[in-house]
Amino acid sequence: MRQWNTRKQMREERIAAGRGFATGKLVDPETLVDFLEAVLRPGDRVCLEGDNQKQADVLAKGLAAMDPARIHDLHMVQSGVVLPEHLDVFDSGIAKRLDFSYSGPQSARIAKMLFGGKIELGAIHTYLELFARYFVDLTPQVALIAAVSADRHGNLYTGPNTEDTPTVVEATSFGSGLVIAQVGEIVDTLPRVDIPGDQVHFVLDVGRPFYVEPLFTRDPAAMTETQILTAMMAIKGLYQPYGVRRLNHGIGFNTAAIELLLPTYGEKLGLKGKICTHWALNPHPTLIPAIEAGWVEQVHCFGSEVGMEDYLAARPDIFFTGPDGSLRSNRAFSQTAGLYACDMFIGSTLQIDLAGHSSTITANRIAGFGGAPNMGSDARGRRHPSAPWLQAGAEADPDTATPLRRGRKLVVQIGETFGEGNAPLFVEKLGALELAEKLDLDLAPIMVYADDTTHIVTEEGIANLLLCRNADEREQAIRGVAGFTEIGRGRDKAMVERLRERKIIQRPEDLGIDPLDANRNMLAARSIKDLMLASGGLYRPPSRFRNW
Amino acid sequence: MEILHFDIAAPMPAGGTRKMALVGVVASGNLEVLVERGDAADRCAIEISTAAHGFRDLWDAVVADFVGRRAAGGLRIAINDGGARPDTVSLRLAQGVRLIEEPEA
Amino acid sequence: MSNIRQSWYEAGARERIAALVDPRSFAEFVGPECRETSPHLGIFNLPAQFDDGIVVGSGSINGTPVLVAAQEGRFMGGAFGEVHGAKLTGLLRAAKALGRDVVIAFDTGGVRLQEANAGEIAIAEIMRAIVEARLDGVRVVGLIGGRAGCYGGGGLIAGCCSTLIVSEQGRISVTGPEVIETNKGVEEFDSRDRALVWRTMGGKHRTLIGGADVFVDDDAAAFRAAATAALARPAKFDAATLAAEQARLERRIARFGDMSDATDIWHALGINDPKAIPDMPADAFATLAAQYRESADDAR
Repeated sequence: MRQWNTRKQMREERIAAGRGFATGKLVDPETLVDFLEAVLRPGDRVCLEGDNQKQADVLAKGLAAMDPARIHDLHMVQSGVVLPEHLDVFDSGIAKRLDFSYSGPQSARIAKMLFGGKIELGAIHTYLELFARYFVDLTPQVALIAAVSADRHGNLYTGPNTEDTPTVVEATSFGSGLVIAQVGEIVDTLPRVDIPGDQVHFVLDVGRPFYVEPLFTRDPAAMTETQILTAMMAIKGLYQPYGVRRLNHGIGFNTAAIELLLPTYGEKLGLKGKICTHWALNPHPTLIPAIEAGWVEQVHCFGSEVGMEDYLAARPDIFFTGPDGSLRSNRAFSQTAGLYACDMFIGSTLQIDLAGHSSTITANRIAGFGGAPNMGSDARGRRHPSAPWLQAGAEADPDTATPLRRGRKLVVQIGETFGEGNAPLFVEKLGALELAEKLDLDLAPIMVYADDTTHIVTEEGIANLLLCRNADEREQAIRGVAGFTEIGRGRDKAMVERLRERKIIQRPEDLGIDPLDANRNMLAARSIKDLMLASGGLYRPPSRFRNW
Repeated sequence: MEILHFDIAAPMPAGGTRKMALVGVVASGNLEVLVERGDAADRCAIEISTAAHGFRDLWDAVVADFVGRRAAGGLRIAINDGGARPDTVSLRLAQGVRLIEEPEA
Repeated sequence: MSNIRQSWYEAGARERIAALVDPRSFAEFVGPECRETSPHLGIFNLPAQFDDGIVVGSGSINGTPVLVAAQEGRFMGGAFGEVHGAKLTGLLRAAKALGRDVVIAFDTGGVRLQEANAGEIAIAEIMRAIVEARLDGVRVVGLIGGRAGCYGGGGLIAGCCSTLIVSEQGRISVTGPEVIETNKGVEEFDSRDRALVWRTMGGKHRTLIGGADVFVDDDAAAFRAAATAALARPAKFDAATLAAEQARLERRIARFGDMSDATDIWHALGINDPKAIPDMPADAFATLAAQYRESADDAR
């Protein structure tokens, strides 16, 4: 007779081993390392909650301090590789294999360790893709998660930064795995229950909040006139003609500039209520002026942002909030929203090639994907129509009869032709391809594929790739907005002019944009202080962003 | 400092009556562009003073693109460059030509 | 939102002058077309600016003829070099000769290192020219609210003005934050602690301790209105004024000299919640400051 509950039995054994360090579910944090060594087994599949923002930092330290002779060869499955400890475990041999999504601050070290063979790479995923695999072939045996507070039953309050927690717990707990949470405090009554206690097996009161990083604060003081020009072109050349109301923005300065131009330039164009009303977006401080001016109807958030908590709580008509008033974010749902319910994704990238593939990966920095590929892809499973989606579909495929013609999501790459350190945005060969060769990967880490990319916006112009009818036109459309990069200077000038006549390329002057308007006075806020004032004092910027 | 001179055919004559226009400032990654009226209506003379040596080809491309795209005929342009990227140079040149078309403030 | 105020902090020197004087009243002296640039910067392979970072000329404010100067804080931190200094000295000497008031929009880190001797001499000449003009009844109004603040020799020159108008962003000091940290250590002054820098040198603190006379919002129209009012004040300047200023400064150091943080001083001034000062909007702060600040008016 086969036994059908081996996984549950395994969990019971782990719980029994952990009980020696706990009173009820409460584990003494002083015994963290011993506790972890007691409940973990070599080769376990472990999700150490590293989200985009929030980190189970104390549990990460505990994990890294274990004895590799006892616990080794762990298979880490986590969306964010953010803290040094996330990689220390691979240096010491505690962990061996890694499946992840995003590695922003550790991108250089992770590249080195991959080349050095310290990490056995499963794959680099998008968020939704990794979450999906939690439920298919990467279900964690142990999840180490972070919350704001817990009660004595193990119910958890995650606060505004709920992020990945419900997804991780759902997969682990119902997949017969063990869930261990670090919390900042134990309280009698939680402000709200984000994770029910019967899904949580152990809780550590570490006496301080989890580590969280402000990632989405773009200081308006650093916005350049070129970025403003590019943002004006996006509004007038894309948002207006397609009537984009449901969208997602990336986190760069170009899209932040668009947010700050809505109440000024957008207002001048009479676009209020016609564009940018519904969002899948992190709570960007730069969206405050547009919200206050009545542009925005609703925003669902992947995560939160440091300093935005009180503002979000005071705007429950706009943001999703709990009975306690604070924001409820959820990365999995917001990513789904961005994939299926938004008509446009617009974001910046580091490299674009002549076909229109783009990547943020260079041979010595592996930043991973995060969510951009979900946002920045055409959802083949989408079945509901909307005006922008249908219009994009018609431009791409004018010959198919309407009832059978799919729409297209607008997937826009925006950036300046020369980026940080004067690195050209346009390249012959992506760093991602060099990386794939070097690491012998079956699949190059492409952020947004060429066949998903519909438009490229630079300070030189907008290239509408939907209207290109062959690879040649596509290449020249890209060269035609590539400015003075090698790629741009290698254009076929006559052909670029023909593409311009067909409006495949549009210049600022074609759109009637006066270069004198590309001025910082056009920004609805020109400093972090302006954002704070626009919020009526509700936005409390972290001190590193203050100059008062 | 490297001084570069260009004197090239400019098909589109500049508009307006202003004698001069000044845009930008000499700062890191920025530049100032002083636009004045020159002699021949179908030429544009540009003098660039830059601390970043060895970029003549790039300036050549930026300047050629500028006179092809903007009404720069009859202008004499002087640039002090603080190491600006080509996109910033293009924007400033475009702003300078637009400003000299405007009535005096 | 379409009529946004014009930020003084954001504006360049020419935009500040345009916002300050009556439309079409400005006539520039030694403008950029004269190409009167620094003779020193090229030696260091540094680019010059056609106006050497300062705009000077004549104009009117609400019909009153004035001479105006504005430093460009983005060009070499608005620092004083030989030509830059000479333009301001000349303007001040013209003011004395013409008996015309002067408005100076400061935005400077002090003396330009590459032409230090010429710059230092310029500072001395400018201070002398201000004092000589003021002795003849000329008002010299200083406006401080730019990116570079008003540091080094600029801080000394500002001290000679008849009225100083400052915004929160405006910082006034002689020694800058980085220099203090370099010389005295990070324990003495952490130049990267932006809140500390602003509460020690920023417009609000300078207003409260009487180092500046008028506090305005970061708004070009507010600077213009305050300048208009300052130009209407009596232009008193004599030995009694200087003696009063000396006495005031002695009082100030006796009262606050032992305190280690600006918030202690604000508390000593009688402000109940000094920590709330930095976040306070301009009008609320101006009202509060009017009630609690150290006086500055007698001395100017």
